[in-house]
Amino acid sequence: MEPIRKHNGLVYPLNRANVDTDQIIPKQFLKRISRQGFGQYVFYNWRFDSKDKLREDFSLNQPKYEGTSILVAGENFGCGSSREHAPWALQDYGFRVIIAPSYADIFYNNCTKNGILPVKLTEAEVQTLITNAEADQYYLTVDLETKKVFDNQGFEATFDLDNYKREMLLNGWDEIAVTLTHADKISQFEEARN
Amino acid sequence: MRKPKTVIEKVWEKHVVHQEEGKPDLLYIDLHLVHEVTSPQAFEGLRMNNRKVRRPERTFATMDHNVPTIHRNVIKDVVSKTQMETLKQNCEEFGVPLADIHHPDQGIVHVIGPELGLTQPGKTIVCGDSHTSTHGAFGALAFGIGTSEVEHVLATQTIWQQKPKTLNVKVNGKLGTGVTAKDLILAIIGKFGVKFGTGYVIEYTGEAIRNLSMEGRMTICNMSIEAGARAGLISPDDTTVEFLRGRRHVPKGDAFDVLAEEWKALATDEGAVYDEQVEIDADEIEPQVTWGTNPGMCIPVSANVPTVADAIDDNDREEIKHALEYMGLEGGESISSVAIEHVFIGSCTNSRFADLQRAAEIVKGHKVSPNVQAIVVPGSHSVKAQAEKEGIDAIFKEAGFEWRDAGCSMCLAMNDDVVPEGERCASTSNRNFEGRQGTGARTHLVSPEMAAAAAIKGHFVDVRTLGVPTLS
Repeated sequence: MEPIRKHNGLVYPLNRANVDTDQIIPKQFLKRISRQGFGQYVFYNWRFDSKDKLREDFSLNQPKYEGTSILVAGENFGCGSSREHAPWALQDYGFRVIIAPSYADIFYNNCTKNGILPVKLTEAEVQTLITNAEADQYYLTVDLETKKVFDNQGFEATFDLDNYKREMLLNGWDEIAVTLTHADKISQFEEARN
Repeated sequence: MRKPKTVIEKVWEKHVVHQEEGKPDLLYIDLHLVHEVTSPQAFEGLRMNNRKVRRPERTFATMDHNVPTIHRNVIKDVVSKTQMETLKQNCEEFGVPLADIHHPDQGIVHVIGPELGLTQPGKTIVCGDSHTSTHGAFGALAFGIGTSEVEHVLATQTIWQQKPKTLNVKVNGKLGTGVTAKDLILAIIGKFGVKFGTGYVIEYTGEAIRNLSMEGRMTICNMSIEAGARAGLISPDDTTVEFLRGRRHVPKGDAFDVLAEEWKALATDEGAVYDEQVEIDADEIEPQVTWGTNPGMCIPVSANVPTVADAIDDNDREEIKHALEYMGLEGGESISSVAIEHVFIGSCTNSRFADLQRAAEIVKGHKVSPNVQAIVVPGSHSVKAQAEKEGIDAIFKEAGFEWRDAGCSMCLAMNDDVVPEGERCASTSNRNFEGRQGTGARTHLVSPEMAAAAAIKGHFVDVRTLGVPTLS
């Protein structure tokens, strides 16, 4: 996967809690057998009406968010289904960083396997970012090495991410290759049980 | 004296392959269940890197999410068909056992695992599906994973996992007549919210849990993910042992009895400590109906739908407003006055033989309301066969239900079983998310008994008031 160290980008605010993976990518788009091309379907039922026409009243469709790469949302983001198509769709649409007060466990994990950085900030910090990004085009920098989020107007916040996931993201490692360096231990474990 | 441990800690410790300061543990996986939707990219990854499936005999695949539940021989949807054929080719190429659409073992992956005895106490079980938590009912550590992790498990038979915190959900007292495991888990999520389990593995304990059948326990553990927990377990006991006795993949004779003792020894020790504990009284729980767009938005059947005035803060107000709007409800009306157009009895939450049997008791001698389309989708070929042998299918068919073939079906509507836009469904599934059963479809989660009652009346009704003899 592509490493992520420091990212600067336009913020898209999605002021909703409990956004589930069925919203991020509806089930009718899960039938493809490749990892590519899911971006066009992200938030499909919000971005398009029942006749597949773009809904101009949905904020992500507004020109001011074109080219966004940082998604800021409410608590428990990515709850529900384990579908990795959700981070695939977000990434293919252009998102490299997500910021929310909390995430569902499986979704959080899935992001880190795909080079998407899921940042946890406090509820108050997230609300500040949402307010800023709703008001105007708003850019943030996210630095994984120093674990800091900041803008050029004085906002700065720190976040936590466990070291293992951080290393994986910083280096873009193939996790299976890492695990296979322990292949002898796996074999020993299997033999000991038989 | 040995430190008392929870079932969660016991299963975990038996599976640690490698431990290192500052890293998650590398856990061995005993059983990897695979289905057509979340596996193609994982097999493709193996192929691209010239890797093999490390333990094909610990892997078991089936087709469930996408399969049609009528006219099985002609799959009209070309994309669905490709996904199913891809699974078949992948299983052949990598030597993975497969129960394909025509196989007698086919069914929803979380129904057939226990049915075949592949699911056993003390195992670590994963699947690219969040409802893998179902298997925790047996005292297995079972959780859903993403496709990258599916590939990882295929290649290494292991997974990196941070040791979870433990949460005891203690259910005191007894469930009343006509109040089911489904009502209990909905009430738990309604009371504690859709993210109280995030970061934890739950163990369900207490009198009401011990009294549940394995089917009831599976319903409870299945919806752990709806409370945010990746896994939910119940300590193994005699109920667990008797369910598994004689099943295909468990040992026979004395070997079974030896194993059964090992299983029971996995139960949480007296005095074991959890990181967190919550309690709920079973006696106070009524049949539940969800009114909104997540499973925590749930109320007793006797209650009224909330209004924005009931909100506890601004965020809650926004959520209630959105949910009422999507669900086409005013707020304040009695939930039992809400008319439905569809009934779905099925899904990995409630499609086992016992679920269908209980729903059939309600249906017997009645007709489906003329405004309602009602379908029953058994969880597996084998559930279907047993129901047909015992005449359960006839009860449903005479009442006007459609009797279908096994699959995930209308729970997520990846096949043709879709609720049309703006229409309302009483569903025994697990998620009432926006668009889950179809774009613009409105889902209300209920027990099989409550779904059956709603089918007959054309609106929600307290199943206990129908005068069914088995409920008295």
